[in-house]
Amino acid sequence: MNKTELGDFIKSLEQDCEINEGKQFTEISVPAGKLHKLAENLRSNEETSFDFLFCLSGVDYGVDLGVVYHLRSTKLGHSIVIKVRTSDRVNPHFDSVTDIWKTADFHEREVYDLLGIKFTGHPDLRRLFLDNSWGFPLRKDYTDDINIVTK
Amino acid sequence: MEEQVKKSPLDEKEEYIINMGPQHPSTHGVLRLVVSLRGEVVRNVEPHLGYVHRGIEKMCESITYPQIIHLTDRMDYLSAHINNEAVSLAVEKALEIDIPDRIKVIRTLMSELTRIQSHQLFWATFGMDLGGLTCFFYGLRDREKVLDIFEETCGGRMIVSYNCPGGLMYDIHPNFQKRVKEFIKYFRKTLPEYDQLLTGNVIFRERTIGIGNLSLEDAISYGVTGPSGRASGFSCDVRKHEPYSAYGRVYFNEVLYSEGDTYHRYLARIEEMRESMNIIDQLIDNIPEGPFAVKMKPIIKLPEGEYYQRVETARGELGVYIISDGNKNPYRVKFRSPNFVNLSALNHMAKEFKIADLVAIGGSLDLVIPDIDR
Repeated sequence: MNKTELGDFIKSLEQDCEINEGKQFTEISVPAGKLHKLAENLRSNEETSFDFLFCLSGVDYGVDLGVVYHLRSTKLGHSIVIKVRTSDRVNPHFDSVTDIWKTADFHEREVYDLLGIKFTGHPDLRRLFLDNSWGFPLRKDYTDDINIVTK
Repeated sequence: MEEQVKKSPLDEKEEYIINMGPQHPSTHGVLRLVVSLRGEVVRNVEPHLGYVHRGIEKMCESITYPQIIHLTDRMDYLSAHINNEAVSLAVEKALEIDIPDRIKVIRTLMSELTRIQSHQLFWATFGMDLGGLTCFFYGLRDREKVLDIFEETCGGRMIVSYNCPGGLMYDIHPNFQKRVKEFIKYFRKTLPEYDQLLTGNVIFRERTIGIGNLSLEDAISYGVTGPSGRASGFSCDVRKHEPYSAYGRVYFNEVLYSEGDTYHRYLARIEEMRESMNIIDQLIDNIPEGPFAVKMKPIIKLPEGEYYQRVETARGELGVYIISDGNKNPYRVKFRSPNFVNLSALNHMAKEFKIADLVAIGGSLDLVIPDIDR
């Protein structure tokens, strides 16, 4: 499917999402509560069969925190981007997709480590690189008086 | 005394835990694996990371795009050229700059030389891990010849920083073509030695065939790419599926196997060296004339938006995800590093095999630790 067809098809799977046809990928913003169901659908549906989660990144958008999922289908060759956001900075959490794509295990632990986003349903959510005493360095409001020189 | 014997950790029913690394010779860096064993059999492998975590993604947010190039060398230091290329291509894609053919061809040549030297080091250290020390000397002897070519053109041997947004740092050395041709001629003769020494060796085959199997479904689900993924039959070569630089115009095979064991992960790399030499053969006499760099603005600012660039490093798919807010610094950079993702499958692969096989399985993934931690 090309980018427009993909967008239309996903709209028919899940009405409650916003489709944005980007330059490179079709981008889909989905409410946090519907993420897991949509992901499961995209994985199992024959028309989409997105079986390869090739990138999972956490992003601090300033006010919101979000996670970006890059998906590709190895059978059909098309790619897509799914985005979720939350404005809760104290206890941000999304559903884990570890049960759908196993590669999400390490990726989600990394996002939790560096941005403090929790994933409900993750089998073993611990910090990956840093000590428990650290803050969440990839957040934009993170400060470190010793190692970060601010002009 | 009797009681101690009863409680011996070698008791088949009891599980005990040993620490492998961070200074274990077979992890080639500071990888720490906490291994749960029952007798000799691996029950669980848990990687503990962060020993070389430098926060490269955070650092990228406060530096400019040409400066990021120099950090990418230090992720997967055996694929330095290809990492540089990934960021350069992402920036060029964002600015919609057309790159002259000469640059594309030189980049492709350099990437393939990088792949060869990386696989040579893999062969050398993998042989050493499994007890064949001779491999280490043979592999490093040949790798030195590639590094000499790099040194002449780029100034650096491993940390090269040769690609930059808009082209190359400097033009190739006048000797470049001659020396590459000499090396290819030499290495075509030497590569069969690798097979004679290790591939056909009975002990080596016993220790690798049927060890650490990874099925195609699991390879895709875990996202294992590169030669490790292709050994399981996962067609994931970015050079084939999404050709960048000059890969669209050269003929080469994607090395695919279906077995997915340690032996075929090894074999995939040996075959890839042959394919890389074929690519170099097709391009080395056809480097077009032209400039080695496009004139860029002194301060590079990417238009607001999101850019994703994939390249095929020696270990798999490297993704660079840049979010720009229009400034000279990126808003957020994410590196999807192949080693990080490949490592996540190690537990699945090593389960129910012996502790000694863990060394073979880990070696066959060809992990570079600074790329995992970033």
